[in-house]
Amino acid sequence: MLAVAAGMFALAPFMINAAPNEATMGLVYKIYFFHMPSAWMFMVAAITAGIASARFLFLKRPSADGWALAAGELAVVFGAFTLVTGPLWARKAWGVWWVWDARLTSSLMLFMIFVAYLLLRKYGGPGSDKLGAGMALFGMANVPFIYVSVNYWRTFHPLTSVVPTLPVEMGIPLWYCVTAFTLLFIVLLRMRTRLEHQRARVEALYLLEDES
Amino acid sequence: MIRAFFRVAWIVVKKDLTVEVRSLEILSTTIFFAVTVVLMFSFGLVVDGRPLNDVAAAILWVAIAFSGTLALGRTFERERHNDTLRALLLAPADRPALYVGKLAGILLLLALVQVVLVPLVGLLFGAPIFDHGFHLLALLAGGTLGFTAVGTLFAAMLVRARSRDVLLPIMLYPMTVPVMIAGVRGTAALFQPTPNLEATQFWIALLVFFDVVFVTLALWTFDPVMTD
Repeated sequence: MLAVAAGMFALAPFMINAAPNEATMGLVYKIYFFHMPSAWMFMVAAITAGIASARFLFLKRPSADGWALAAGELAVVFGAFTLVTGPLWARKAWGVWWVWDARLTSSLMLFMIFVAYLLLRKYGGPGSDKLGAGMALFGMANVPFIYVSVNYWRTFHPLTSVVPTLPVEMGIPLWYCVTAFTLLFIVLLRMRTRLEHQRARVEALYLLEDES
Repeated sequence: MIRAFFRVAWIVVKKDLTVEVRSLEILSTTIFFAVTVVLMFSFGLVVDGRPLNDVAAAILWVAIAFSGTLALGRTFERERHNDTLRALLLAPADRPALYVGKLAGILLLLALVQVVLVPLVGLLFGAPIFDHGFHLLALLAGGTLGFTAVGTLFAAMLVRARSRDVLLPIMLYPMTVPVMIAGVRGTAALFQPTPNLEATQFWIALLVFFDVVFVTLALWTFDPVMTD
């Protein structure tokens, strides 16, 4: 799976290069091929973290905590990627780096919530796994509120409805990139979760040794 | 069952009030802190003796958020001494009732802070705070409840955590962005020369919805996050 994802990413520039330039924005729009998939993975990671946290908190599944932490870290990674590629495009398309638009602001706030989540996990000390789970759960419940409130506040972002209307030559590389990012997300999530589970096991073994 | 629930909550409120009335420590420091915040922002946002547009609403809500964080932190810091929060949790009572009691105590405290804060903002910025008093009251109540509902849970969770002083605002502010936007925009719409009541009503509705969801969620999560 890792090999497939790596191969797809190696081929991605050629696919994107083959796509035609957009009429008004020319070459610049092509950053969209990486921007949109990473934004999607950002959302998927955030939802995964929320669901895993709920499982950890209410069903008391210890393994769910590893999934939540891995997904939380990936949310920050893909969120950072989204928030870097977005302004690069916006500078050309809108003439400014940043506007206080609904999607931009809500993505930024969601990113902030997950950075806070990681800070809590790192510096919270003992018991921070439960605190983090509570926070991720609240963060997930908060997404619609942030979206509605900021939406009513202001909106500029191109709508998602643009995706089905894309011509085929642009659509194929886009879906190709979405697949590549999804594979990357799954690979990273599984690797990070495995690492976290093994770390927990090592810690449990150390505790056992201390007691005996 | 319901009566026992509110009795426990009431006992927690009474306990917190008794401690607070004897020292007035949190109330007096929080009020003075809120006034200081208003003044600090005034120096930044008043140009040539005139405030910028909508500044009164923004300053009011930033002051509420900052002083609210301070009150939350101080209230639970008090419970940390002699580990009294653990004693509370060990009591044979519904955990959610303890949460409701804590929440009510902090809400009362913040209501008292706002009794000073709102007229101060009205005075300094010429904001018409009495023209649509009911709308403003609804915004303040809804916003404070939403902010405190999330804040009480987080502050309670953080009691035993390291670096809790800095973690509370880091966790709380991004989480309460909808409250801040709704509060500031709703209040700003009220403070216009011709108030936009329709917009204010939309924001009040959003706040009520936020409150319902997050109070429910907090009641639901309080028990699992507070168990060792």
